[in-house]
Formats: sequence, C-alpha cells, structure tokens
Amino acid sequence: MSLQDILLQQLANGLILGSFYALVALGYTMVYGIIKLLNFAHGDLYMIGAFCGFLVLSLISAVVGDSWAGLLCSMVLSMIAVGLLGVLIQRIAYQPMLAAPRLSILITALAVSMILSNSVMAFTDGEFLAFSTDLGFDGVELGNVFVTYTQIVLVAAAAILMVALYLFVHKTLYGKAMRAISIDKDACRLMGINVNKIIALTFFIGTSLAAAAGIMAGSYYGSIHFFMGFVIGLKAFTAAVIGGIGSIPGAMLGGLLLGLLESYGTQIPFIGTEWKDVFSFGILILLLVFKPTGILGQTEIERM
Amino acid sequence: MADISNSTSTNSAQAVKAGGLMAWLEPQQNRILVLAALAGIALALPLILNNYAMEVMSSVWFYVVLCLGLNIVVGYAGLLDLGYAAFFAVGAYTTGILTSHFGINFWLTIPVAIFFSICAGVIIGGPTLRLRSDYLAIVTLGFGEIVRIIARNLEITGGASGLIGIEKPSIMGFELNEIQHFYYVFLLLAILACFISYRLQHSRLGRAWQYVREDEDAAEAMGINRVGIKLYAYVIGAIFGGVAGCFFAAKMTAISPETFMFQQSVLILLGVVLGGMGKIPGVIIGAFALVLFPEVFRELGSMRILVFAVVMLIIMLYRPEGIWPAKK
Repeated sequence: MSLQDILLQQLANGLILGSFYALVALGYTMVYGIIKLLNFAHGDLYMIGAFCGFLVLSLISAVVGDSWAGLLCSMVLSMIAVGLLGVLIQRIAYQPMLAAPRLSILITALAVSMILSNSVMAFTDGEFLAFSTDLGFDGVELGNVFVTYTQIVLVAAAAILMVALYLFVHKTLYGKAMRAISIDKDACRLMGINVNKIIALTFFIGTSLAAAAGIMAGSYYGSIHFFMGFVIGLKAFTAAVIGGIGSIPGAMLGGLLLGLLESYGTQIPFIGTEWKDVFSFGILILLLVFKPTGILGQTEIERM
Repeated sequence: MADISNSTSTNSAQAVKAGGLMAWLEPQQNRILVLAALAGIALALPLILNNYAMEVMSSVWFYVVLCLGLNIVVGYAGLLDLGYAAFFAVGAYTTGILTSHFGINFWLTIPVAIFFSICAGVIIGGPTLRLRSDYLAIVTLGFGEIVRIIARNLEITGGASGLIGIEKPSIMGFELNEIQHFYYVFLLLAILACFISYRLQHSRLGRAWQYVREDEDAAEAMGINRVGIKLYAYVIGAIFGGVAGCFFAAKMTAISPETFMFQQSVLILLGVVLGGMGKIPGVIIGAFALVLFPEVFRELGSMRILVFAVVMLIIMLYRPEGIWPAKK
C-alpha cells in the first residue's frame, strides 16, 4: 500500500472511531452544559446500551433472523430503555445532590458508575460476549481502500443522529428551553419553564445517544464486555474538552478530531497501538494547559 | 474557622451539653489516654494474632497510610483525585527497579521515590489545578491510566508480568522478612502519617486548605495563593503514596501493573469518603472498613465492589460528610 492509501484507510477508521466518541461526548457535554455535572456514569450507560442492544437483538434474531431491520429495531428500543434508565439515575442519585458540594456529587456519580459496571459484571461473570450480527463483510472499493457497508451505515447513522440532535436543540421549543437553562436556571423557572422536566429530557437524550453508540460499537467490534465503557468514557470526555465542554457542535467536532488523531497517531513510528491511550490522554493534558476552553467553547466568566 | 474553635473552650462547652462519650473525649488529657491505650493495643496485637490476622492487620495499617495521604488531597484541600494509585505505583516501581536492577539499598530508594512522586505530582497538578475541580478529577483518572499503561509497556518495569525478586530491607544487619516485622513497619508508618496529617491540619497551610475548600474566591481575596496551596496538597499526598509504595514493594517482593488499576484508586478514595473526609479518626475507620469488610464478607466474592458502591451512594445521599465527619 502506498502512503496515500494508508492515510485514506486511516481516515475511514478514524471516522468510525470518531463517530462513537462524538455520540458519547454529546451526552457528556449536554449534561455538563445543563447542570454542570461530570456524569462519570456516562461511559457505563454506553456499555449498558451495548448489552441492552445485545439482549433485544438476540430476542429478535431468534424470531426473524439476522437483518438490518432487526438491528435498527433493537437500537431504537435500547435507546429508549437506556434513556429511561438515565432519567431514573438522575432522579434518584443526582437530583437530591444538586445543592450539595461539588465533591459530593462527583463521588455520587462515581458510585453510580461502579454500580452499573459491577452489576453487569455480576450478570456476565466478567466474560466477553460475542455480539454476532452477521451483517457480512461486503463493501465497496474506493481506489485501493476497502470500506465495508457496515462502516458506511454506522457513520451515516451517527451523522443522522447528530443532525437530528442539532435540529432538535436549535429549532424546537424544548431545545430552546435547554439552551436557556444552561444559561440561567433560576430565570427560566421565573419564565415558567419546567426546569426539572427539561433536565430529565436532557438526560434522556444524552443517555440514549450513548446507548446508540454502544450498540453500534458492539456490532462493529463484535464483542461486548462490562468494562468497555471505562476507556471510552475517558476518551469521550477528552473529545468534549477538545471541542469545548458545553458546546454541542464542539462535542461532534472534538469526537471526530480525536478519532482521526488516534488512528493517525498509531501510524507514527514508535507510537504503536499499545500507546494509543497514552497518546490521547497526553492530548487532553496538553489541551487543558494551553486552551482549557477547547475549540468552540466560550470562556466562562465567573460572577460572584 | 472551625480549627480555631477546635482547641479552645467554646467548643468543649458545647460538647458537654451534647454529653456522652464525645464530651468525655474533649479534654486533651483524656484524648491522650485513649490514644495511648489504642497504641498499646496495636503494639500488643502480634502477641495474640495468628499469621492470617497479622496479614490483614498489616494491610489495614498500609491502607491507613494511603487513605491519610489521599485525605490531604480530597479531605483537606477538597480536590477529587481519581488516580491516586499512580503515586503508589511510582513509589513501588522506583524501589522495585532500583533494588532489583541496580542493587541499591532499599532505604536509599525512599528519597528517590519521594523525588519522583514530587515530580509526578507537579507535572500533573501544575497545569490542572488552575482549572475547575471536575477537570482535575478526570485528568487524574487519565493520569492513573497512563502510569499503568507505561508500566505495562516498558521493559525496565517488567512489562505485564511486573517485577519480581525485590530485596527485603534490613536495619543494621537485621533483615525484615517476617510478617510481624512488616506489621510493626506499617504500624510505625501509619502513626507517622497520623502525626504528619495532624500537624499539617493545624498548621497555617492546613487552615489555608480549609479556607480554599470552603470558598475559593474568598480565600483568594484574602491573599491565599489558591493554585500554590493546592499544589502543596497534591504533592504532599503524592509523597505519602510514594513512600507507602516503597514499603509495599519491599513487603510483597513482587509488583505488577494490575495492582495499580483504577479500582485501587477508587478503593483508597472509598476509605476516605466512607469514614469522613478531612478527619483523621474518620479516615482511619474508613481504612479499617475497607480492609475488614472484604475479609468478613468473603462469600460475596466479586459482588463486593457492587455492595461497596451501593454503600457509597447511600452514604453520599444521606450522610454526604461521611460516617464521622469533620466538625464545622
């Protein structure tokens, strides 16, 4: 393969990886934007999404066999189920803590994350499960680069979800309420916005996007594991910070950028795949030193 | 604020009103009496315990040191550190590499480990302490992973299988090789850690930490160098972890990267949060609970962490300050 082909092949890989990061980063950024909480459990909800999708898909495949429709159907169902779980978590664990010190709510989020991952571990005995979708390895050849249909569909699905989210946040009344709450919660209450309902809606959307990413990653990599949410949670946070935390287009941009950086980064001599994670955390730390607001983030003005 | 009243009579008057054991504990001489009795019990324990119980108790003292170290960062300065195991790893690997590859005496590796812990603390704390505390949490998490991945991928650290054959330390020809010896070493370390924590808490620096924890902006307006004192907390915590790591390596004689996984950091954090952030007896209780709970509930097996996490959530929801919190 020529250098150009390697670059193109990595572009395809990077876009796929980046779409997963972007979908998970969106949930981080939305929740952070609206209640200034770093939801540590977000990566684990991605994992729960994958397991939920696995469960629904095995039920559907048992009846009608493997198909794209089955995958789509299980994706929608698990997005709803995991979204509701996200709302439940928000109600039980985060709602009472909103007035508490920051440290307490962060530890609460950590506890929720541990509960989610360890309960899945208890159910699966910590084993890898094969997420067999049997969608085939057909694809198209673009020049010397081979792209499977699965990859194309995944990137397209991620793009559709992101465009839908963008339209929802910017064109609907609910989206307007969300943006308003992230600016001033108390003023919104005075304006007659049901703040708690909108916060719940934000959790629902953010979590179901993570769940969608989980199912897509499960069907793409072919196996799921209770610990799969940990690293992607960290990476998605990195992506959200790269784009500017609190900014929705920022999370999309940051996710794609991080995915591309990672897949090109592993091609640099001496940085093999085993150093991939060190590479992206290194980026996070450097970014926080030089541009903590990220690419599209706004400088926060602290008022006393 | 609370510190000033802690040592004076205003507080003891309130406590007498509250009555009971806590009121009796208020005067200095009664406290010293209790502490002396506890120290006596701790010193005498090896006479009555079997080897298994000794092993568990050494582990308790070891976690007391780690939890007190993290308590300086989380409890005193109010910074959430999710990668504390990284400092522990820095200490353990420094001792491991220097003794097994270079044949350097164990005791000489401790200052080197302290130096590396300080470096690690400054590298990671320096850039992030200026930012909001939640950034710090996730950066420390990432840092903890970086240290573990580096330890797993480098040749000098022994890769995934780790280091073996770390020399046992000796004091003037007397080799520390039995569990009793290490029990006393860890007990001594724990007492030293308590003493340092106590002195720090009641120092000018300790009061500055408390001020920053309660109200960062007001503290800065009072002329406290916010970033500077946070960095102090971070680095001192790192030293505690590093030194504990040295002794851990010497006791185990073998270390592997998996000892320093994220779960280890969470476990140490749990000890701090469970007992009561920022209060030494609370943290010690937390460390006891941390080590004894899994030993007592052995049959729970891998469900242990799950039960732990649920307990942590409930404590946060109903007693956000911990079981025995610091006075306000």
